[in-house]
Formats: sequence, structure tokens, C-alpha cells
Amino acid sequence: MKKIMLDQMILTTCCPTNAGSKMLDGYVSLFDATVKEKLTEAGYEIAGKTAVGEFAIDLAGETCFGGDATAAAAKALENDTVAALIAFDVNGAPRRTAAQNGLVFVKPTYGIVSRFGTVPVACSGECVGVMARTAADCREALSAIVGKDERDGTMHADEVCKAAVADTKAVKKVALLKMGADTTEIEAAKAKMSANGIEICEIDAGVIASANAAWNMLMCAELCNNVSRYDGIKYGYRTKNYKSLDELYTNSRTEAFGPLLKTAILYGSDVLSSKNYMAKYDKAMRVRRVIAEAFAKLFAEFDAVLLPTVSKSAYTAEDSAFAENKYTAPASVTGLPAVVADGVQLMGPAFSDGTLLGLAEILAKEGK
Amino acid sequence: MKFETVIGLEVHVEMATKSKIFCSCSAEFGGEQNDHVCPACCGMPGMLPIVNKNVVNLGMTAGMMLNCHINRTTTFDKKSYYYPDLPAAYQTTQWFAPVAVNGTVEIETAKGKKAIRIKQIHMEEDAGKLVHDDWTDTTLVDFNRTSVPLIEIVSQPDLSSAEEVVAYLERLRSLLRFARVSDCRMEQGSMRCDVNLSVRPEGTTTLGVRTEMKNMNSLSAIVRAIEYETARHIDAIENGTEELVQETRRWDDIKGKSFAMRSKETAGDYRYFPDPNVMPIVIDDAWYDHIKATLPEFPEVKKARYTGELGLSDYDAGILTDSRALCDCFEAALAVCGSAKEAANWLISDCMNVLNRRQMTADQLTVNGAALGELIRLVTDGKVGRGNAKKILEAMFDADIAPAKYAEENGFIVSNDTGLIEKVIKEAIAADPKAVADFKGGKEKALMALFGKCMKQLKGNCDPQVLRTLLIDEINKA
Repeated sequence: MKKIMLDQMILTTCCPTNAGSKMLDGYVSLFDATVKEKLTEAGYEIAGKTAVGEFAIDLAGETCFGGDATAAAAKALENDTVAALIAFDVNGAPRRTAAQNGLVFVKPTYGIVSRFGTVPVACSGECVGVMARTAADCREALSAIVGKDERDGTMHADEVCKAAVADTKAVKKVALLKMGADTTEIEAAKAKMSANGIEICEIDAGVIASANAAWNMLMCAELCNNVSRYDGIKYGYRTKNYKSLDELYTNSRTEAFGPLLKTAILYGSDVLSSKNYMAKYDKAMRVRRVIAEAFAKLFAEFDAVLLPTVSKSAYTAEDSAFAENKYTAPASVTGLPAVVADGVQLMGPAFSDGTLLGLAEILAKEGK
Repeated sequence: MKFETVIGLEVHVEMATKSKIFCSCSAEFGGEQNDHVCPACCGMPGMLPIVNKNVVNLGMTAGMMLNCHINRTTTFDKKSYYYPDLPAAYQTTQWFAPVAVNGTVEIETAKGKKAIRIKQIHMEEDAGKLVHDDWTDTTLVDFNRTSVPLIEIVSQPDLSSAEEVVAYLERLRSLLRFARVSDCRMEQGSMRCDVNLSVRPEGTTTLGVRTEMKNMNSLSAIVRAIEYETARHIDAIENGTEELVQETRRWDDIKGKSFAMRSKETAGDYRYFPDPNVMPIVIDDAWYDHIKATLPEFPEVKKARYTGELGLSDYDAGILTDSRALCDCFEAALAVCGSAKEAANWLISDCMNVLNRRQMTADQLTVNGAALGELIRLVTDGKVGRGNAKKILEAMFDADIAPAKYAEENGFIVSNDTGLIEKVIKEAIAADPKAVADFKGGKEKALMALFGKCMKQLKGNCDPQVLRTLLIDEINKA
């Protein structure tokens, strides 16, 4: 039986799901995520759960409740009895982990994998993805979890979901998005693609460079709303120090949430406030549309887009997820598929998940 | 100085759907506390909303009944606030693109007819209910009502008196019950309203300072609250008794006073934004036309038709058109039996009797109208006696039966066997010579005793006219 791991954003009845937060310490869901059910049906054995940063919005797990869990996902895959890891991609954390640890991660097209039973953070862009040692392992596990789920109203038709994984188009032309991080990984990927007869054109990122500004607003706004339910009454942590209901709410949240999450909550509240809504949230929605259109234009000419995943191979305390997500935000904000392999990120049009995994296999080939 | 009152209403109506707005839990009123609850409607992380299509159907229906424009693309939004009865700390409602906008409702008062403009109708989920236990001084939450679908009907500030408010609410109630959007029971909270009120010197157009009284659920309380609040506002303006501020107030019907709850300054910012988990709902022509085609005739149009074309009395037509269920049953029965008068009588006297006995309302009538028409025909054709027909009707309340077949199976068919009738009559006369003598002596009542005995013996299956004639003949022979 193949073993697979889930991250701490995937709800299960068998063991607690804390979403990396003290607020959900010990929380056991009353129901299983659809992906967990599908994996079991496909014959995978759930081997355990990997730690995530608080609500999965940090760089790579450093804000995890109970200690730094940086690259916990990568560590899970060091053991080669584990075939793959199901990881929740809200703000690119699993993509960064895969890039910095030589692993493959697929963030599927939005709406082909059910989000039922995942801890909601930024519902308009978050996706259940797969991390593995090879693109082939990713494809296999992804095939097991895609498909329409009547319990998630944002999904595509079943055949569309399945066709996305089966998609195998020939990649002839790739656009390299210039994002100011010309890493050695990008150079290596360019070389390998060229050697495989793929034409590469450098393209200015243009409006796509605004993706993280837009995503930070949308993500924090949705996050602030989604984590409001953790009020100290029904879930995990409750303060011991309160005299009134308002104090119970405030003190529970003050004591349980970490600094990054608090920043996101405050920022999200501000973005949604009636005085800022039009200037910030509404504008971010418009920018999202413009970015989607820019990608559509690119994909009229190119089969895929190549861009960096990270700016460096390891992070320090000074690095910020809100800045570093400039490489991952384009796929989060548009819902387009992204595959991380050999440190670089490949994006394609909606439902080209299978094609991107094929391209990742080319990058993984030795020599040439 | 003379003042005029300016009132706008926000009316919340619980929709008559079987299940809740985003999950399959029962939306029925009552039940044991927290019986109609699942992880979705109690806001647990990981559950996603799936829109109940019937909610949208009823939202559109309400919009059409109130002459609104239906937004062909309608969306759901999240409204954030903290309250223990709101488990996810947000309510899913419609803020940016409500299902219906710009309607009118015509009301009639002693002053004549008036059109009240409707600003919008939006669909949303209800909140739970806090149950306070004074004995243990604790407050517990009942989530049964959480996510029960509501529509909120927002009027323009076109109402100017308690009388108009009552007329408006009664009109809404009649239209929405008729279209089966809601049962609109104020006492069960399935219809409740927020009253926005201000006063201004008569003849001026600038609106005064507005106060809002929330969650009013009785017409008489609304009337008292409006009268009190109007007087309070005028007093404040004329005599400077207090400074009016824009605020939410609570009406205490026992004390007969309103009390400040929260002012505009301390009101929360609801931080509305589109719910990314609910895709925009696009209402295409086929859907729109289908809902349009299922709209009922307006009650007053029906009533005019019943009194005019069908020749019913104003009283009978009034009773029938008070309930959509009665109208539907009446029309179906009429189509089969062909007599409006008979169909109306059966509904108004016989069916209502059974309903009253079973402590049911007219809206709960489930009798198959076509079957009722068949039963009426059996009676008018002399095939089933009236007494037995009432027994059949009773059975029709319990199950959807075919009256003719049921009558046959239960021996309720009138016998044409005069031989049998004569035999029964002879036996009766022989058994009660005193009654025969009394009748001959001029006591009409004595005949009824004999008649009753014969009818009983015949199990009601005899045309009363025939029995009476044969009985008199036989007595005269005796």
C-alpha cells in the first residue's frame, strides 16, 4: 500500500488538525476532507500529518504553533516509503518548500480538486496540491484527488477536472517572465528547455508584477473573515483571563494568534472597511481580472510561462512572506496551474496541469 | 407646527423551503434545540456553501409578486460581525447584487390607495437563537434557525402612519403567502420587521434624524411603537426634551417605551465582500420564464373573478381567496364537478370543519381538489348520500384516495333496489306502531324518527327524497 501524508490544513476525523495555530490546538474535525476520502478509495494509506505555518500563509512553516516547522513537508518526503504529500497552497508556502528542497509540487488549476474539508483561509485562490520527489509521483497522486465534488460549489465538471491531469500538449514556446530574480535555477531550466527544442522568449512581467499586491489584499481580507469564527468559544484555545464576552473574544485571539496572522487580520479588516473597500479590495479584484487577461494574452502565443519560485535558497528572519510571494501570487490570484520543479516555477493556461507536469519531467532529465 | 412621520420598513420573511439555504438540514420551525444542525450551518471550518435552488426560486417569486426588476446575475456576499448566535462570525447575504430591486406594493387605507416603493429584496441566512436561563444565569445557543433562508424586503421611506404600515405588512403577507414564499407567521417569527422612523415639519422635504426599532413581530406592538416613537421625536424637536441621534432602539411592549441600543458611532463596520465560495447565479430566460409562469393570480384579481364570473358571494370569495390552498383546491374541484357554488360550500363548511377539528389552518389543506370535485359529483348525481360523503371527505384528509372506488369498497353507494328499501320500511313500521300512529295523528316529528331508523338500516345509501316518499306511501297504506 502506498503511503501518503497530509498537511495540517486538511481536516480529518482520525487525528487533530491545528492549521499550524495555537487557536486550533487539538481540534478534531467531525468530517473528513474529500481529498482524504478519495486517497483512501484510491488505495493510499494516510501515514500522518505534516506541520504547517499558522494558517499556511508564511514563507515555509516558520510560524508553526509549537515551534519552527520550516520545510516540514520536505522532511516528510525524505523517507522514501512516503510517495507524496498533500499540501494546501494558500500563499505559495509549499511551492517555496519544494523549490528550496529539490522537490516537485503541483498547485492545480483552481476548481479541479475539492476544497471540502480544508481549513478555509483565502477561498478565492487556495488550492489542494501535491508534493513529491518526481513529477510522475505528483501526477499519480493528483489523479487520485481530482474530480467534481458536489460539496464544493466552485468546482468544474468532472470530465474537465480529469482532462486537466490527462492533458499532454507539446510545449514548443515558453515565455520567461522577468521578475528580478535571475537565479541559477532559471538559467539551468532555460538551458534544458533549449536543449529539448523549446523556444524561450524573455517577457517583461508588466502588470503581472502587481499580483502580490493584489493577492495580499484579497488573501488578508478573506483570511480576516475566515478566522473570525475562532472566537475562543467553540474551537481549541480559550483564554483564562476574561470578565465579559468581548474580553473572552479579544483575549483568546490575542493570546492564540501569532504576529504574522495578526498583521494579516488587521490588514484584511482595513482593506474591507467601508472607507477603503472601493480603493483597496475592489481595486485588487480589478487588478486580478487584468492579470488574468494578461496571462490569457501570453498563452495565446506561448504554451507555458517560466518564472522563479523563490528569491533565495533559504530564508532569514528578515524575509517577508508578503514580499516573497511575488513569485507565487500570479498563480494564486488567477487560479492558473503552477508546477514547481528543479527550483523553478512553470505556469500554464487553465487545465494544462498534465502538460506542466510533462514539462517538469523534461527539466528533471539528467544530461542534455 | 404640524409634523409628518416618515417610515421605511425592512421586513424579514423566512422562506417556506424544506431545507436550509446552504445545507440540507431541515428548515422547519421548532424541533428539539440544536436538532436541525450540521457542521455547515454551525459554521465549522471546511464546510462549503451549496445554494438551495428553491431559495432562489422563491426570491425571484417574491420579487415578481412585488413588481420588482429581477437581477439576472445575482451574487452572495459575506457580512462580518461577532455575535454568539452567528457561528461563523459572518452572515451570507446579498449586498452588491440582490435578487430583486425597484418594485412597488399598492396599499389601501381609509385615505385611499398609495404605492409604496420597494428598494430591494435580498436573500440571506437567518442567525441562531440565544436562550437565556435565569436560574443558572447562563446563555446557550440554539442553532436550529441558523441558515434558515430569509428574504429581506427593504422599502423606501414612503410610509407615513401606523395605519399605512399595517396595511403594507398585511399586503406583503397576503402576496407572499399566496405565492407560497412564506407562511408569514409573525408569532413564530417567520415575518418580522425593523421600523426606520423620522419626523419632519409638514411640507418640508429634508429627512429628520432617523431611529431604527429592530425585530418587531406583532402588528399591535408595531402600531404602539410607531405612535410612541413619533411622539418622542416631536417632543424632542418642539420642546427640546432630548437630542435625537441616529441609533438603533429596542421596543419594550410591556413598558410601552423604546430604549437606545447602540448609536451610529458605535455601530460595527460589516466589511461586506463577495463570497468566493458561492459562484454568481445567472438567471437565464428559461429559468425566469418558468418562475413567471408559476406566479399565482393576485388574491384580489381572483376574488373579483370568483364573485363575477363564478357568481360566488363576496363572503365566500373572501374566505377562499384568503388562502392559496383553498383557492387551488376550489379551482381543481370546480374543474371536475362544474358547480362553483357546490365546490365553495364543500370547502367553506365541510373542509373547514375538518380543518378546525384537526386544529389545522386553511393553508395546511392537503385534500386533492380533483378528488373533491369527484366526490361532489357523486353526491349531486345521487350516487352517494351526503352523510357518507362526509365520511369519505374525512378519509381524503388522511390519504389521497379515489372517492368512487372508496365509496364502493366501503359500501357507500346509494342503492336503487326499491325492494330492499321497501323491506326496511316495512320492518321499521312493524317495529314502531306508535310512531306510525303519531304521524297519522299529525305529529311530523314521528316521521323523522322512522326515517332515521330506515336510513341507518340502509347505511345511508339511499336518496333521502326517495326514502321519504316511499315511507309516507307505506305509512298511508298501513
